[in-house]
Amino acid sequence: MTIVGTSGLVLNEKLLFEHSDPGRKGYSLPKLDVPAARLADDLCRKEISGFPELSEVDVVRHFTRLSTWNYGVDSGFYPLGSCTMKYNPKVNEVAARIPGLASVHPATPSHLAQGSLELMYRLQGALAEISGFAKVTLQPAAGAQGEFAGMLVIRAWHEARGSKRSKVLIPATAHGTNPATASLTGYDVVPIASDGVLTLEEVEAHMNDDVAALMVTNPNTLGLFETNIEAICKLVHERGGMVYCDGANLNALMGIARPGDMGIDVMHFNLHKTFSTPHGGGGPGSGPVGVTEELIPYLPGPGVELDGENYRIESTKADSVGRMMAFHGNVGVMVRAYAYIRSMGPSGLKHASEMAVLNANYVRARLEGVYDLPYKSRSLHEVIFSDKDLEGDCHTLDVAKRLIDYGYHPPTIYFPLVVKGAIMIEPTETESQEVLDEFCDAMIAIAGEARDNPDLLHQAPVRSRVRRLDETTAARKPKLKWEKGA
Amino acid sequence: MEFPEELKYTEEHEWVMVEEELAVIGISDFAQDALGDVVFVELPEVGTVLEAGKAFGVVESVKAVSDIYAPISGTVEEINEDLIEAPEIINTSPYEDGWMIKIRMDDASEADKLMDAEAYQALIAEES
Repeated sequence: MTIVGTSGLVLNEKLLFEHSDPGRKGYSLPKLDVPAARLADDLCRKEISGFPELSEVDVVRHFTRLSTWNYGVDSGFYPLGSCTMKYNPKVNEVAARIPGLASVHPATPSHLAQGSLELMYRLQGALAEISGFAKVTLQPAAGAQGEFAGMLVIRAWHEARGSKRSKVLIPATAHGTNPATASLTGYDVVPIASDGVLTLEEVEAHMNDDVAALMVTNPNTLGLFETNIEAICKLVHERGGMVYCDGANLNALMGIARPGDMGIDVMHFNLHKTFSTPHGGGGPGSGPVGVTEELIPYLPGPGVELDGENYRIESTKADSVGRMMAFHGNVGVMVRAYAYIRSMGPSGLKHASEMAVLNANYVRARLEGVYDLPYKSRSLHEVIFSDKDLEGDCHTLDVAKRLIDYGYHPPTIYFPLVVKGAIMIEPTETESQEVLDEFCDAMIAIAGEARDNPDLLHQAPVRSRVRRLDETTAARKPKLKWEKGA
Repeated sequence: MEFPEELKYTEEHEWVMVEEELAVIGISDFAQDALGDVVFVELPEVGTVLEAGKAFGVVESVKAVSDIYAPISGTVEEINEDLIEAPEIINTSPYEDGWMIKIRMDDASEADKLMDAEAYQALIAEES
């Protein structure tokens, strides 16, 4: 087996303040060739105490070294489940840097920003077509705000009919953010202790005339397709409720099945998960929301509309829940998503979903029997194992730490909560069979080490820049500030 | 793992100690062990009205963030302020120093519906 991890020239790095040496600098100014003039004292800044003074090479090395501590989908296999670490094709970045798209000011009059507006209009349409919804807003700044916007729409719909429903049903297999969203929009959360695929009976038992909505994630957080979703939507509608779908796992369905066709009323998209825009610290997010025809009047606004041959910003509708952001959302992220959709095309998007599902099932097939597989029914884009069968008093955390020694970012662990000691693996759709095999070989080797030499797991990681960190103290007594001499 | 006989337990792994109209509430030894090192606790303010079965607080560990549910309806009389600065007490002493809140019960008979130590141990044997 090839071990891709190494601990070679991995360098430590101090803070800029600790590097500083008085008088050192990274610039030189030409000789003064005009008479010197003295500014009035009140125009001069006071000396900043302790400001770091460094040479150019100090600064370059500082940031270059820090960048080598980073790990992303561009450095290696990144199997975080529930997060969808999708590959970000570089053509997206080229598109986002086209000067006309990159430097347009958000207050530019519509007639001078036709290109950006056309792109937004077409993206609204493409997302609506992919998801089966009547209309999409691009406003929300990220997935969590998209959820919030979607639930505000549902709330506005109920209020418009004088309905004072106060509860939202959320199965345990929905995404972890959903209860917070329901709570923030003023609803009481009623958890459904669903274990596997949500059944009609489970929903029926809770669905009464005080329930405003059901929030589901499909495929759910166990990676299972909600096979009863059509019947569940029908029941919720018959009893006067709405169905919200968390679109976090759309990666498994894109191009194959459409949530709008299943009876879902509202769904948010995570452009960074499904449409290959950068993840987390890579840039701002974007969480568009799609709704059915009936809910269009309540959508956040304004969006972009086509008037004859001209694209323009809509006027906000009277019943709209209003703006989610100043201006038009994170437009740079929309450019990347649009570039992805157009460069892949319909068959390419479908193929990406198929590969996501195939890769997860390949990992599942290779590791089944080595690790406990709590849910046997067919999984989609992610697969969940547990540490139940591990020997040598080794647990999920030990496996995750040992994977670092083999050169892999650990998968999501201890989530979802319904699986004790969960190991949640979601391979990126672009990974080759060779990469998946190397990862699976490492996982199998680690299970063997747990049996034969468990100390290797308990001590791990040993090859990384830092060893096992004291997460407890870091969380209980965080040090958030550098102080000289401290 | 210990499960004191004099306490009542819930399916969500809270324990209750009844003292006349008052009930002291915390989380069980099993719950603290499953959570791992507790790093943060959020408790309700004194005077908050709790409804049985509804979340009244949050406990966060290095592994997960979990709601804590009210086993009985009532009004919060006192909270364990020590937990705010030192949440690790929940790990070291879940039944004594790690108590969370004290409530005045609306209906003391609600406590009778909770599990005794034996039934609770049977439940967790089934779960694990």
